[in-house]
This record gives sequence, C-alpha cells and structure tokens, in this order.
Amino acid sequence: MNAVLKIENLRVEYRSKEVGQRTKLAVNGLTLSVSRGEVFGFLGPNGAGKTTTMNVLLGFVNATSGTARIFGVDVRETIARQRLGYLPELTYYYKFLTAEELLRFYAKLFRIPKAEREARIDSVLKLVELEAARKRPIKTYSKGMQQRVGLAQALINNPDLLILDEPTSGLDPIGRMKVREIIQRLKGEGRTVFFSSHELGEVETVCDRVAILHQGELKVEGSVDDLIHQHQCNLEQLFLKVIGYRAV
Amino acid sequence: MNNVFAVAGIVIKEMYRRKDFYVLLILTVLITGVMGSVTFFNDDKIVRYLKELCLLLIWISSLVIAITTIARQMPSERENRTIFPLLAKPISRGELLIGKFLGCWLACGIALVCFYSFFAAITVSREHHFYFLNYFQAATLHWFMLGILIGMALLGSLVFAAPSSNATICFVVATAILLVGRHLNQVALSMRGGQQAFIYGLYYAIPHLEIFDVRDLIIHNWSIIAWPYYGAAVLYALIYGAFFVAGACLLFRRKALN
Repeated sequence: MNAVLKIENLRVEYRSKEVGQRTKLAVNGLTLSVSRGEVFGFLGPNGAGKTTTMNVLLGFVNATSGTARIFGVDVRETIARQRLGYLPELTYYYKFLTAEELLRFYAKLFRIPKAEREARIDSVLKLVELEAARKRPIKTYSKGMQQRVGLAQALINNPDLLILDEPTSGLDPIGRMKVREIIQRLKGEGRTVFFSSHELGEVETVCDRVAILHQGELKVEGSVDDLIHQHQCNLEQLFLKVIGYRAV
Repeated sequence: MNNVFAVAGIVIKEMYRRKDFYVLLILTVLITGVMGSVTFFNDDKIVRYLKELCLLLIWISSLVIAITTIARQMPSERENRTIFPLLAKPISRGELLIGKFLGCWLACGIALVCFYSFFAAITVSREHHFYFLNYFQAATLHWFMLGILIGMALLGSLVFAAPSSNATICFVVATAILLVGRHLNQVALSMRGGQQAFIYGLYYAIPHLEIFDVRDLIIHNWSIIAWPYYGAAVLYALIYGAFFVAGACLLFRRKALN
C-alpha cells in the first residue's frame, strides 16, 4: 500500500466534434501506479492522452470508466487535492494580484494557519527567487517569472505529491536547471513527483520510472535503467521506437 | 466557508482594481454634484426631479457594475486558464461559484454604499433633513435585487461562453422585467388558451425585480414600508438568488474542463 497515485483501467471518451463520429477515445484502459518518493515521467507525443490523464487526476474531467486514486482517495473528492501541488503547462494567474497575494489566496484554500502562512510564502518565494518582486502585480512579470510563480503556488502547501505538466516548456536554460534542481530536492525529501515532458534528456536524468503513452494506450512502463538496458538504446530512441516513428 | 470567503475576497479585489467602477462612480458623482448644485425655475420642489434623475443613474450604474462583473467571472477563469491551478486546490466547484456570487454581491454592496452616501450628502444639503430609514430600505432592497441579478448572470455565464453575450442577455431580461414584468398578468387577461397559460406561467416564474424598486421612498420622502413586507421582499430575493446559484452549481458540477 505504498502507492501514492493509482490508476486502474482508466478510459476517457470525449464527445467528438467530427461529423459521423460520436465519441473520441482519449485514454484507453490505462493502469499505472506511482509509489511514494518516486519521480515518475509521463511521456508521449502530443495528443497521446497525457494531459487528459492529468485532468482526470485533478478532477477537471470525469473518467468514462475506471478509477483514479491519490493517497487512496478517489480523485473526485476535494480532499484528494489537500496534499497535492500542480503546475499547469501554461501558467496563467490573476494578473491584478501580486505574487504574495496570489500565494496567500492559495494558502487560504489549503487552510494553512495564518501564523504558518506567511512563513510558507516567504520560503517558496525565496526558493523560486521572486522575493524582490513579491509586491509587484503579476501582469508586470516576464514569462520566466510567471512560470516561477506557478512553481511557487504548486509548492505552497508543501505537497507530498507534485503533478507537473511540462514544467520546463518555454523556460530558458537557467529556468530549466532551476526546475530540475527543485525536482531533485523534492525527491531528496521523499516527495513524489509525477510529470509530463517532451525533454527526454531531462526525464532520463531526473526520473526513476517512466511510462510512454501513445494514442491513449500505455505502451511501455518501467524503471529508466531497466528500459535502457532491456532495449539497448537511450530513452529518446526508445520513445521513437514505441510510437512507431520512421525517419523519412 | 473559508474557501468561499477566500474566493469572494479575490472577486472584490479584482473589482476595485479595475477602472469601470471608478469611471461609473466619478460619472455619478459629477452628475449628482452638478444637478444638486443648480436651481431651475426657482422651484423649491425641483429637488424631487433631481433625486429621481440621480437615483435612475445610480440604478443604471449598479446594474452595469453587477452584471458586467459577474458575467465575466467564470468565462475569464476558463479563458485565462486560471481555473486549472485554482480547482487543483482543495476547493469544490460549488464553493467556487458561491464565492464568486458572494464576492460580486458584497462588492456591489460596497459600491452602493459609495453611491448612496454621496447622493444622500447632496440631497441632505438641499433638504436639510435626512430620512435614514427611507434610505436604508431603498438601498438594501436595491442590493437584494442585485443579488437576484448576480445569481441569474452567474448561471448565464455557464450557459453562454462569451461574457458579452451573457451580459447583453441579462441587461435585456432585467430591463424587460423592470419595465413590463408587473403588467404581464394584465396582458394575460386579454389572451386565451395556451397563450394565456404561457403568459401567466411567465408572470409567476420570473423574479419580479420591480418590487425592489422603491426609489419613491427617497424621492417623495414617503413613509417607510412595513417591516413584515420588507422582510418578505428580502426573503423573496434570497430564495431567487439561492435558486439561481443552485442551478449554476448543478450545471457546473460535472462539466468537463479542458
């Protein structure tokens, strides 16, 4: 019972907008489990069903069938998100608020006691190096700074499980390094990280296990080292092989 | 309730950091101030007409603030994708909607206090008497009427994706109810069969916003409404407001966000 995140036979169908097609299958029979303290890479080409799976985990979309549990609690329950941090792929926050106000708002939703709240805000702003800009409205921030606000809000509750949807997309090399450092640090603290990325080199560096999804189905799952040894290739080559890519 | 108040606080903050409220307040202050300072035709009772015009302006301003603020709340959450990090927190969709409703309603209450305070200051300077209870009843019933409208616009914002179309529909519906709502039963009397049943159905189904329009209490300094009737009107507003918010919660409960 060490599983922090458990998905069983998950199936997600959407109402299709195409003529003559009633539904579109986004995820089909997905079963996977992520253990405590693991850094899990969730890979797949665009449209593979990664974001849909994450949307189910976060309660944004309801599964057609199957179950998804976080810390043993059904993801449809609000309480399942109490120990969870989430960084969306594209970071958009209330631009009329300052970083400090935004974090205070989110901290209130986690019911962090007032005395502890300010200390948490100070600590996450320090971690993402936004202390100097904490009182500036978010609308004045650069893209990289907004991404760091995103990371700060994902860490405000000191989460035991962090779900990151392409956390390094659009970041400069320093920003990517910073995100990687934070993931490594969380791993060192025994926290679980579940993230999707197209940066396979980065995934190979930080992940313990990976899963590759293609056309809504799980194609490969296992520890990074085992998969590399088993297939005698690096993660990028394995990825291309799994999705059936052939060079022109 | 912690989450509801947290969301409401953000709505209030947003409203007072935008320019629309200040534009309407300054416009109302200017018009009320100018009208309050002039004397037409040496008529002592001209103040009644001035009060009528200024109160109409306050009503229009409050409708604009209430409807435009709530109409954009949920569509902009989805359009700007701020709803995703928000709903990834331990907050239910119902709490989010109730927070939006409460925030907008309270913000409108603060706006009404500003509008009515300035208006009262101007009229008292002309009449040298302040009928506090008349102002209290007129302003609070106005606020409860806005509660119904905010609930209606919140529900509409989940049905119509574009805030502009939702705001326009809400304006048209509110204006139609305020102008012709009370006459629908008389219209029904002149009809027969299915048409009559439909108009009667409409008459009993729509929220009668016009019952909250007690501007005459201030304009003519009439005696106040009996408190049981006042209480019944407040209850009527609360029931309709709750009905619309509950409808919005039901509609949003299982809606896929992607």
